[in-house]
Amino acid sequence: MSVQSAVDKLKAKFGDTVLGISEFRGETTVVVKKEEIVAVCSFLKEDVGFNFLTDLCGVDYLGQAPRFMVVYQLYNIGTHTRLRIKAPVEEQDAHLDTVSGVWATANWLERECWDLMGITFNNHPDPRRILMPADWEGHPLRKDYPLQGPDREPYQGRLQ
Amino acid sequence: MANLETMTINMGPQHPSTHGVLQLVLELDGEIVRKATPHIGFLHRGVEKLAEHRTYHQVLPLTDRLDYLAPMHNNLGYVLAVEKLLGITDAIPERAQVVRVLLAELTRLKSHLVWLACHALDIGAMTVFIYCFREREHIMNIYEKVSGARMTSNYFRVGGLSADLPAGLDQEIRTFVNSMPGHINTYEGLLTGNKIWQKRIQGVGVISAEDAIDLGVTGPSLRGSGVDWDLRRDQPYSGYENYDFKVIVEEGCDTWARYHARLKEMRESCKIIHQALDKLKPGPILADAPKIVLPPKHDTVNTIEGLIHHFKIITEGFKPEVGEVYVGVENPKGEVGFYLVSDGSPRPYRMKIRPASFINLQALPKMCEGSMIADVVAVIGTLDIVLGEIDR
Repeated sequence: MSVQSAVDKLKAKFGDTVLGISEFRGETTVVVKKEEIVAVCSFLKEDVGFNFLTDLCGVDYLGQAPRFMVVYQLYNIGTHTRLRIKAPVEEQDAHLDTVSGVWATANWLERECWDLMGITFNNHPDPRRILMPADWEGHPLRKDYPLQGPDREPYQGRLQ
Repeated sequence: MANLETMTINMGPQHPSTHGVLQLVLELDGEIVRKATPHIGFLHRGVEKLAEHRTYHQVLPLTDRLDYLAPMHNNLGYVLAVEKLLGITDAIPERAQVVRVLLAELTRLKSHLVWLACHALDIGAMTVFIYCFREREHIMNIYEKVSGARMTSNYFRVGGLSADLPAGLDQEIRTFVNSMPGHINTYEGLLTGNKIWQKRIQGVGVISAEDAIDLGVTGPSLRGSGVDWDLRRDQPYSGYENYDFKVIVEEGCDTWARYHARLKEMRESCKIIHQALDKLKPGPILADAPKIVLPPKHDTVNTIEGLIHHFKIITEGFKPEVGEVYVGVENPKGEVGFYLVSDGSPRPYRMKIRPASFINLQALPKMCEGSMIADVVAVIGTLDIVLGEIDR
């Protein structure tokens, strides 16, 4: 099944949930509402054949609304096609449902996304930090988190 | 009366078989593992955060330090992603592509040699370790001649290669690769027929194809469970479609199957290296894209135009158009991917690495729960994890 027919199926099934479709360098990205993310992912897995979750991450578009995008990279092992799903997440309401029930891979990837980007995944089976220490404060990959870490003066260049 | 309590013990973060700083919290019922919880992050260096503050060329050295047993593969995945973002994938010269494949497959041999050495050592076969490291040393020497470094190669560049292969190296590589099948026979002679080796890995760390796909396992670990999927064949990059090789699939789903899958993969890599050496023709090694690629070193140090050109690219970088790409490559450990988001500035707005080892490690509890504590060591070995890549 080509990516185009997969996107058509998704549009036919979910209509208003699909917020936008774009293509860049031959890669297709579909933006969907975060409320329907589990339904969309289950549909793509069960009915369209995207049985493999390659990656999941958050992107922080600081200064834009909605601030975050959660990005799902899907792969179809049968037809060797890729599809990218994105779900916008507001800063004030930075949580969405977990897809770890659809692909078990999502468990650790969502933990990482929570740890580094501060996006909460509802009903996650194991919502702990994964890379940072358990008592760490803040989410390092957010754009407003300083590169040097908290409580440190920014690097001023070489001293004269 | 039987004692029904379980005992919780720590394996690591300094255990010799954890291949880096990995901690496993094991809940034991006698010698049987009831629950295994991996704790990671001890080597977290914030590579993705650092990348957002560097130009695209400057990110490249960071990628060496992910899977430090296969640095050229990480370089390759990253440069392919940037090239796709720039839309210059088709402009990469033939020689650069062939050299990339050549070194990627040498890297696969190098990585698999460390896997076999450590896997065997963990289980108690010391001799194999020494033989594997002897061969790995040859590849390290080739690495050093090519890039100047034994481990952190930083050799590929966006648009091509940083330098051409030194004269006469192709003959040296051919001599080495010619000797490799014999060496693999030696390893197999030491291990395959060995009763202890068989008892320790047959039927250990079983994972079905469905579970492996569900958990996102990739690479030889997945192909050992009977899933016929290799990105080199299925989404070819760097001209892999022009090479004749077999994708090794084993049906056993256990450590024994993965052992055979990787050994056979090493033999296939040797075949690819021979083909790459045959294809190696003189020619340019950098794409004709002066706004992106660095000028040849000779021009930089000998002409003022070259120096200015070099200076402009180093200080300002290049600006890809707004967009996002994901490129995955078949690393020795599995699929390593780079997701790059560009906002039109000279720095990646966001770089997400898909680490093969991180996701493969997630399958560890599934593979060792219910088995003996000694099998955990075999499972860590067979997953072929590298903590530098897991923690990033």
